[in-house]
Parts: sequence; structure tokens; C-alpha cells
Amino acid sequence: MHFDFSKNHFELFGLPSAFHIDMERLDQAYREIQTLVHPDKFAHLGEQEKRLSMQWATHANEAYQTLKKPLSRARYLLHLQGVDTEEESNTAMPAEFLMAQMEWREAIMEAKEAQDVADMEQLHHRLRSEMREQHQELVRLLDDQADYQGASGLVRKLKFMEKLGEEIDAALELMEA
Amino acid sequence: MALLQIAEPGMSAAPHQHRLAVGIDLGTTNSLVATVRSALAVVLNDENGRSLLPSVVRYRADGVEVGCHAMQAQAMDPQNTIASVKRFMGRGLSDIADAAHLPYRFVDEPGMVQISTVAGVKSPVEVSAEILRVLRQRAEKSLGGELVGAVITVPAYFDDAQRQATKDAARLAGLNVLRLLNEPTAAAVAYGLDNGAEGVYAVFDLGGGTFDISILKLSRGVFEVLATNGDSALGGDDFDHRIYCWILEQAGLSGLNHQDARLLQTHARAAKETLTEHEDAPVTAVLSTGEMVNLTLTTEAFASITKSLVSKTLAPTRKALRDAGLTVEEVKGVVMVGGSTRMPVIQRAVGEFFGQEPLNNLDPDKVVALGAAIQANVLAGNRSEDDWLLLDVIPLSLGLETMGGLVEKVVTRNSTIPVARAQEFTTYKDGQTAMSIHVVQGERELVSDCRSLAKFELRGIPPMVAGAARIRVTFQVDADGLLSVTAREQSTGVESSVTVKPSYGLSDEQITQMLQASQEYARDDMLARALQEARVEGGRLIEAVEAALQEDGHLLNEGEGGKIAAKIEELRVAIAGDDHRRVTQAVEILNHATESFAARRMDASVNKALAGHKLEELES
Repeated sequence: MHFDFSKNHFELFGLPSAFHIDMERLDQAYREIQTLVHPDKFAHLGEQEKRLSMQWATHANEAYQTLKKPLSRARYLLHLQGVDTEEESNTAMPAEFLMAQMEWREAIMEAKEAQDVADMEQLHHRLRSEMREQHQELVRLLDDQADYQGASGLVRKLKFMEKLGEEIDAALELMEA
Repeated sequence: MALLQIAEPGMSAAPHQHRLAVGIDLGTTNSLVATVRSALAVVLNDENGRSLLPSVVRYRADGVEVGCHAMQAQAMDPQNTIASVKRFMGRGLSDIADAAHLPYRFVDEPGMVQISTVAGVKSPVEVSAEILRVLRQRAEKSLGGELVGAVITVPAYFDDAQRQATKDAARLAGLNVLRLLNEPTAAAVAYGLDNGAEGVYAVFDLGGGTFDISILKLSRGVFEVLATNGDSALGGDDFDHRIYCWILEQAGLSGLNHQDARLLQTHARAAKETLTEHEDAPVTAVLSTGEMVNLTLTTEAFASITKSLVSKTLAPTRKALRDAGLTVEEVKGVVMVGGSTRMPVIQRAVGEFFGQEPLNNLDPDKVVALGAAIQANVLAGNRSEDDWLLLDVIPLSLGLETMGGLVEKVVTRNSTIPVARAQEFTTYKDGQTAMSIHVVQGERELVSDCRSLAKFELRGIPPMVAGAARIRVTFQVDADGLLSVTAREQSTGVESSVTVKPSYGLSDEQITQMLQASQEYARDDMLARALQEARVEGGRLIEAVEAALQEDGHLLNEGEGGKIAAKIEELRVAIAGDDHRRVTQAVEILNHATESFAARRMDASVNKALAGHKLEELES
């Protein structure tokens, strides 16, 4: 397949390769590209154009989703630097972080047992705001200090927190069902 | 702007004849067809001026009736008169909760349930095709020509099997499907373009048998679906059924025959509709046994018997908002779609949930068909003054069965389509040469709680020690929300791959057979039609390629131009002949000859857009 996929995701959207990006510009560039390549623009053409357009639109979606979410953006930046975030293999975490994780889990369990939707939603918002703080830390590590090992460790932590978030959301869904 | 012409190669030449395209809302209760005429979306009426076609099909020994006539025969011939067939699309018998209460003679087939009628065993796909065929004929008569294609709407919450079944039905009805479009998205297009809406909107779509909630962000010509949720087995029919049960209970009836059951069901629906305008609804009927039913359903009684149904719409609404990462306060407007949103109980519940009056300024019965028509017009290649972009999502996660009957999600719900994801698996036994792959859809952890879409085996894996093989399974979801799966062994460089369509889908041969079997086409007609279609496609391809050559000739490689020109000539000769297979073959050859040229053009157009982007940045 003749695809100009040599560009990395940042280049595709005309953005500098950095953790802190202008989200509005990302949105705008994404939409400009989709306006050109989306299958809806090719529905009246031949099979070949349709297939090419699907591949391009799929690629643009993949690139956009990767850059849109802070965790995947950080992981991708590290990948471009040749740094493996070892999220599956490296489970060594600072004791302090593990303690905090246990406390989170206890709080989730308690809210679950009490069937307390308001409490659970509170946890949801608290977790989000903690994650946002960590994203600020990623700006420092990745963009200012180029501390890729440090960033890699933080990505592993965020992955833990994301899982907590999923647990909270799943519990909320069950409570409301 | 030059960039758009690349996306629509045929457009830069002479002004085009308007291509006839329609939008079809294939509803549980009613179906409609609409088109864009003189830049205005209109619903097409039948010869009696009716726009709604009741989605009822009656099979007779000597023919088929669709619509009003079929509906009138419902009480008289319940077994052969199929209503609400949409509920059976892509469903097995075990999925139909109330099968025992329905008058049909179901046949339990693997994949999709079938119905035995006086005209033989029919699949829901065939029944739906009858409805679509009537709408196609209505459109062709009204527009005076053959359709280039159609946009068919589906509930956003339809899974892959239901979507595939709908697309098959359309093909069976002789329609070229330009796109399967989600109903709430179609409504948002009609509403948004009409009202110049910007911001986050919720589309609350309660039809006869399905419920969807979609959260969309509308901005500068982009309709972006942020999240969707729903229940593909919840609709006005369920409200009717609650009233029906209430009638039986109040009147102390049981063991009714099919005719009486149908009669009371009709009264139940009438009572529901009366309550839209009135405080009370009388229910009076005389049964075949001579028994009298004389009741009054009050608004309060109705609210209390349907309370749980109403709350069944609010739970998915909450989920969709959470998936979109939004709160109720961030929703600027709530667009009501579907005839069932006329119910005051629904209006009130939605208004209370969102803390604002729902928007009812578009006809909830027609807005989906109108939106589909607007989109069909653009997809058919008719130039539109202002261009817009629809970014839709997949409603339910797609995954694979792993050890222990657990689901490994590969594509998560609410991913923007088209989307592709790959996952690697390995063998668990030494020398294992085959692997069975089970594709499922749903949010639950256990395979048994999800919908099984397809099972297939990847064979010819070279024998290796356990864990050494690398099997890459790729899911590709296209812009219709339809999935295809490819599996490939890659550690040895030996590749075996297989692409499957979910097992509920009909194969192309089956569709062709059914088309031939249908009474509409004699064999000669089939051939003439095939030739006509092939010629149109061939002509369009030549037009497109020539425009591309004119515009981007500089992208040709050495010798490529001459080769393409020769293939164009061959196609012209084939079109002048009368063998549709030769035309199709020549189309394929020309397509093949232009493959890498087309890819280069696409890359160039994206690069050009980006270059323009960088220029803007320099200027700003």
C-alpha cells in the first residue's frame, strides 16, 4: 500500500512533538484532514477510492485519539524517544503510591457496599482532578526536563489511576442499572 | 477550494445532472422515504398523499401486501401479517422475549429467527426488503428515474448483526446503500442545519421498538457524536403492551385467541395515542366471544404502569453523558425524535432530567428520514453549497473470546469510526497449527453475556513451541459501523489470513439467489439491470479518472499515463458492448491500473492541506 505514514502523529496534524499541545489546533487539524479523507466524501466513487479513504480516515482517527488523551500522548511521545513504558512488565511502585492506591480501593469498596452514588461520583471527580495534577507533572518531565525515565514511571502510575477510574465508572453503572 | 475537488473528482468538469438519491427511515412501526429536491429535503408521499408507510407486511399465497392494506388485515390474518419486524433483525429466537405472545410461527434458525408464512419461510431480512422495495418504487415513480443510491437509517444502538441484516435487506430490495446512518445522527443533521445549532446537543430518540440517546457536539459544520447509548428492544410497542396487559387484568380476561389479542392490542395503542391530547382514554371493544370490554385509562394509571419503562430510557441517558465526559448542565438542547416522544410522560421525564424544555420543533416522525435524505444527497455526489462532516461512533465494544470464556475488548464503545485495532495472541500448545477465533460484541466480561458475531478458524500456523506463534487479529469497523476481522500469523513471515463477515450476514450469492427468486425480476430484467448498472459505474469511473488525470497528471509515473489511457479505452469498448461481466471486468482492470496513482493523489491532497496549515501558522 502506498501510504505516506512516515509522518508521526504530531507531524500529521502539524503540531510540535511535545506533551503540551494546543488542543484547539489539534481538533482543527483533525477535522481538516477528515474533511478530505472521510468515507462520506468518497461514497459515490469506486471501491478503490472507498478503501483508500477508509484507511486514511482510520489512520487519522487513530492518530487523533492517541494525541487527544494525555496518557496515550505521553506514551506515544516516549515511544518516539525509543523509551518503553513497561506498563505490563514493570510493577515496582513507590510504597507511598501503593498505599494511596489501597486507600482508593477501600473508598471505592465502601461506596459500593453503601450503594452511595453521590459518594462514588465524588470519588470520580477527585480522581480526575488528581490525574490532572499528574498531567502537569508530565509537562515538566517531558517538555522541560526531557526526563524520559521519570515520565515513564509517571505513565505507569497514571495507568493505575486510569484503572481505578474504570472501576469507579463500572460501579456507577451497576448502581444505576 | 481546490482541495475539495480532489475529494470529488467528477465535479470539476461540466456541471452534473442531479443524481437521484433518497434517505429511508426503516422504522419499527412506520417507514418513510425522503429526498432533496431543489435544495430542500422533502418526504415523498404515496399516491394517496400519505407519507408514513406502516411497516407491516402480509404474505398471501399469491402475493405480498405492504403498508395500510396489510395493517388492516392484521386482526383477520395475524399469522401471515408481520408487524414490527425490525425487532427480529439479526436476532435469534431466544432474543425475542415475548415470542410466545406473538401470533407468528417462528422457525428457530441459527443466527436469525425466521417466520413461517403461507408464502413459505421468510427471514426478517426478506420481510424488511418488502418494505424497502415499496419505498424504492415510490421514490422512483415520484422522482422519475432510477436511484443512484440510498442512505438507510438504523438505531445508533444496533449491533453488528442488526446493521448487517439491514444492509442485506436494502441490497435485496435493489438499493445501492450509500451509507447506514444512525437515526439520532440523521436527526441532528436535519435539526442542526435548520437551526444553525452550535454546542452540545442530546438527541433523545424513542421509536416504536428502539431507543437511542446520542450526545453530539455541533460546531462549524462538524457533527461529532461524543457518545451513544440505548436499548434496541425498547419502544412504543412496550408501552402498548403494558396497556394491553392492564386491559386483560382490569377486564379479567385470559386465553384470548389471536384475533381478539390483536384487537385489544390495537385498542391499547389507540388509548396511548389518545392520552397525548386527553386526560382519559376510553377502551371499548366487543370480542369474538361476545364479551364486552369497557374501561377508561387515566393519565395517572398510564404513568404508573409505564414508570419502569420511562426509567429504562434515563439509565442509558446517564451512561451516554458520562461516556461523553459531560454533565447535564453542559447540554445546550435536547432534540426529541421518534413518534413515542409525543407521550407526555416522556416529555416530562426528559424535561426534568435535563432541566430544560425538550425541543419539539421538527416533526418527530419525519426528522430522521429528512436528515437521511440530506446526507444521501451529499453522498451521491451532488454538490452541496456548504460542506459538513459527520463523525459517528460505534455503540458497543467489540472483542474476542480468550481463555476461560472471558472477553478481551479490542475496539471500545464510542470509538469514532472508521476504526481499526489489532491485538496479538499466541498458541498455548506445542505444535498447534490452528486457532479458533470467536468475535463478540457487548460490554460484559463473560462471552456468554455478549452477542456472538462470528467464529472462524485460522489454519496453517507453522508448528512451533507454545507461545512462539504471533497471531495478529485485526478488527476494522467501516463508516457503516460494520466489522470485518482479519487474522494473520506473522512470526515466521508465513501469512495466512481470513476475513470474515459476521455469521448473521447473507453471502453475496444468497442475496443474488433471493433477488432472482423474487417475483419482481424476470431473468432478462436482471441482465438488463446488471448491464445498466455496470455501464453507469463504468461511465462514472472513466469520468473520475479523466478528471484526476487532468488535475494531477504530474503525479503519474513514467509509462503509467499511457497504460491508464489504454485501460480507459478498453472500458469504453466494453460499455459499448452488451455483456455486463465484461464491463465489470474492465472496471476492475482500470481500478487496478490506477491504484497507486489514486493513493499518491490522496497523500498529495493531505500534504497540501497540511502545507496550507503551516502557511497559516506562519502568517498568524
